[in-house]
Amino acid sequence: MKAGNQAAKHGWKGRVYILGLIVVLISVAMTTRLIYLQVFDKDFLQDKGDARTIRMERINAHRGIIQDRSGKPLAVSTPALSLWANPARMLASTLFSEHPPEQLRLAQLATYLNYDVEAFRAHLYPLRHKTFVYLQRHMPPAKARQVLALKIPGIYAEREYHRFYPAGEVASHIVGFTNLDDKGIEGLEKSFDSVLAGISGKRKVLKNQRGEIIRDIMPVSEAVPGKTLRIGIDLRIQYLAYRELKSAVSHYRADSGSLVVLDVATGQVLAMVNQPSYNPNDRVALDYASVRNRALTDTYEPGSTVKPFTLGVALQSGLFQPDSLIDTHPGFLHVGKHIVMDPKDYGLLELSQIIAHSSQVGISKLALQLNEHDIRDMFQKLGFGQSTHTGFIGESAGYLPDHRRWSDVDRVTFAYGYGLLVTPLQLAAAYLTIAKGGIKTEVNLLAGAVGESVRVFPARVAAQIKQMLGRVVTEGTGTKAAIAGYQVAGKSGTVRIMGPTGYQETKHLAFFVGMVPLQAPRLVAVVVINGSEIEGEGGGTLAAPVFSRVMSSALRILNVPPQRELAQTRSQRGGA
Amino acid sequence: MSREYVRQFQSTKTGLGGRFHLDIPMLFLLLAICAFGLLILYSATGQQSAPVMSQGLKMLIGIGVMISLAQVSPVVFLHLAPWTFIGGLLLLLLVEFHGVEIQGSRRWLRIGGLLYFQPSELMKLFLPMVLAWYFNDRHLPPPPRYLFLSLVFIGLLVVLVAAQPDLGTALILGASGIFVLLLTGISWRIVFSMFGAGLVSLPLFWFVLRDYQQQRILTLLNPESSPLGAGWNIIQSKTAIGSGGLLGKGLFAGTQSHFDFLPERQTDFIIAVIGEELGLVGVLLLLSFYLALVTRGVFISIAVQDTFGRLLSGSITFTFFVYVFINIGMVSGILPVVGLPLPFVSYGGTSILTLFAGFGILMSLHTHRRMVL
Repeated sequence: MKAGNQAAKHGWKGRVYILGLIVVLISVAMTTRLIYLQVFDKDFLQDKGDARTIRMERINAHRGIIQDRSGKPLAVSTPALSLWANPARMLASTLFSEHPPEQLRLAQLATYLNYDVEAFRAHLYPLRHKTFVYLQRHMPPAKARQVLALKIPGIYAEREYHRFYPAGEVASHIVGFTNLDDKGIEGLEKSFDSVLAGISGKRKVLKNQRGEIIRDIMPVSEAVPGKTLRIGIDLRIQYLAYRELKSAVSHYRADSGSLVVLDVATGQVLAMVNQPSYNPNDRVALDYASVRNRALTDTYEPGSTVKPFTLGVALQSGLFQPDSLIDTHPGFLHVGKHIVMDPKDYGLLELSQIIAHSSQVGISKLALQLNEHDIRDMFQKLGFGQSTHTGFIGESAGYLPDHRRWSDVDRVTFAYGYGLLVTPLQLAAAYLTIAKGGIKTEVNLLAGAVGESVRVFPARVAAQIKQMLGRVVTEGTGTKAAIAGYQVAGKSGTVRIMGPTGYQETKHLAFFVGMVPLQAPRLVAVVVINGSEIEGEGGGTLAAPVFSRVMSSALRILNVPPQRELAQTRSQRGGA
Repeated sequence: MSREYVRQFQSTKTGLGGRFHLDIPMLFLLLAICAFGLLILYSATGQQSAPVMSQGLKMLIGIGVMISLAQVSPVVFLHLAPWTFIGGLLLLLLVEFHGVEIQGSRRWLRIGGLLYFQPSELMKLFLPMVLAWYFNDRHLPPPPRYLFLSLVFIGLLVVLVAAQPDLGTALILGASGIFVLLLTGISWRIVFSMFGAGLVSLPLFWFVLRDYQQQRILTLLNPESSPLGAGWNIIQSKTAIGSGGLLGKGLFAGTQSHFDFLPERQTDFIIAVIGEELGLVGVLLLLSFYLALVTRGVFISIAVQDTFGRLLSGSITFTFFVYVFINIGMVSGILPVVGLPLPFVSYGGTSILTLFAGFGILMSLHTHRRMVL
């Protein structure tokens, strides 16, 4: 009763009004603050907010397929998930606590990643301050999803592609392989990486505080898948070449070997295999010596296999005819301080017989009568000492010397294939020129490509050489290259291998290069068997049978009809 | 008190509000804020209905409490004031010895093994009530010794609660007590000298604060000093509010608040969700609801005729504003972070019940005022 009055007396309303005024002032201050944040500072804070949530994500492009000439896959990409972790975030969670469900979760994670739990802890511990660590690359999606289903904080998946090579070690040298980042590092995968790789895209996404993608805002640029690369290889011939070469190299206990088959019409490589090989799908214990595509990277002295070209120069010179006689008696020849020897005294030989018996003395006498630069010029025209322009990274150009003056010894040894270095592919390309009637055509690894052509020999000379090469197989050193039903033309070569202290006595290199069928060649092939130590054997006995087996099957695969009269001859003989 | 006195407090008002001792404008404002709060909570929880249901249930219980208290005569509050305060104090002391510790704070008592109960929450009402009772029959403005005694009381209580630690509740308790003292009409000279003394003793107060509390104040001054640590909350909430702009990103369309960037988004920092999704307009709308409620409280306070009612209604009204001010101030980065919910909008907590109870008492004081004296 009294109190009320007193309160009024002592400015009760005034007090309330003053407090009310303070309320108003504070409200104005708060409003000002909010206006400042939401209107004036808005752009800055909005950017800050966006900077925290909007992220650019890379979209990995699907890598192009590599196919053989008929479309069979040689390299394909399958989607895979790569798991990565933010260890700092993992450790910040309860994952490593003593809580039993968490321990179970950690154990499951370790099991999925093929770790022992303790080993997994030990693995993560040194990484605990990192924010990005791959846990496992290229996991099968199903398995990766099992891990993600554990919902462990700090574990994320990234879509990548896993490269698989269906032909495995059969085509590994030519196809090559990619690294984990889907970048080609060997073979065509490397050489044509820009074609195959495609262009990765970008998309804007909203991410939450845990780094999980909440929403796609928009793709900034779509991923452009890589282009399909169709190569000239015919997988059927490739398989067969691989099988035959592998068995020969292992049977003859050779160090290595190469086999190249060319399509005469286009100059495309139908098969290119080497030994030793490797499985591109399992590169854990990769021996880099086996990765080399020796048919392109390794160079050899071609030896007798270049004799037909020396002969071609002789025929072209007009000084000699196929039936010109050369006296090889007594089976050896002094050239300067050196002696050139034949296995035996062949006596008088026609030019074609020089090739058939591979007479060193005969070819030497021939070479000494020719202009000293002509042989080298011919070799150059055939492509020796130059890249074949296949685009294959790591291809060797070989070596072709260019002396200003040629000593007699140099002229002679050069004529029978020493003192220069060629790759098996270059040798095959040179024989392709003969098969095409003297027109040099660039070889190609890609299907559909046809290289430039240029005439090197007159057609007449090329035809004469071809006939002589036919006699090598019918009556000379290459009889083991013969194929029933077809006429084969080719040349063997047995070359001593240069070791650290000069030519080795025991190891040698066996070549056989040839073409089938003789009348209208469809295929050219070169077989190289390197480092066999079998005494008394050479190109004619080691390489020629491989040539025969591969070519006879390849002709059947390509439906090349056998020659009727040859088949009859054979059946008559069989009947007799 | 005589029977006659009691009869004088009977309401003479007619109509729905009068018959049930309700204040209709206040009721509608409260309902509007609650509806707004539930909507925002639905967005802040990522559109889950369970928390919204639970919150709605608490609000219903709160409204029930409010309506019930509105029926109670202020005389009853006056008579009960000392006893409720003593009871509350005992419970508070019980917390000290038998309280349940949750997340490093000892604030709760367990009843029947299931129900948790926070005595400090009750004290938000019991303290102004007992102070209003204390000054009710005295000569006003009170002489300094009474004032001193009251200040000691308030101080002890604040320290007790702050030590739990529960800085937010301690602040509210202190404010509710101080408001009663201010309304007793103490001279401004005393107010300003106390304020000055308070400012001078602030550095001393610093040493009483715990490490994390000190950290919060340092963080306020320079949030960027530790953007991923203590500064995170403030930076995130400022970013969320600011990125909303004038009109906001639209309901349920916030990014900062939904992608876990914003901590405590359903509880203390919920206004950042409003700021981001509904923009300045949304925040100011809510703020104007609050101010309308405070204005209505001030109106009631002025209309009340007795000292007890005036002191209590004024304290309840202005304390409510302190809630709003501290919460918005903390989220918008002008006050240090103390854990204090946004009234009727933040999820959970028994504070909703206390708030409704406070408004129930206001309604009671208002609708029973006629026959005084």
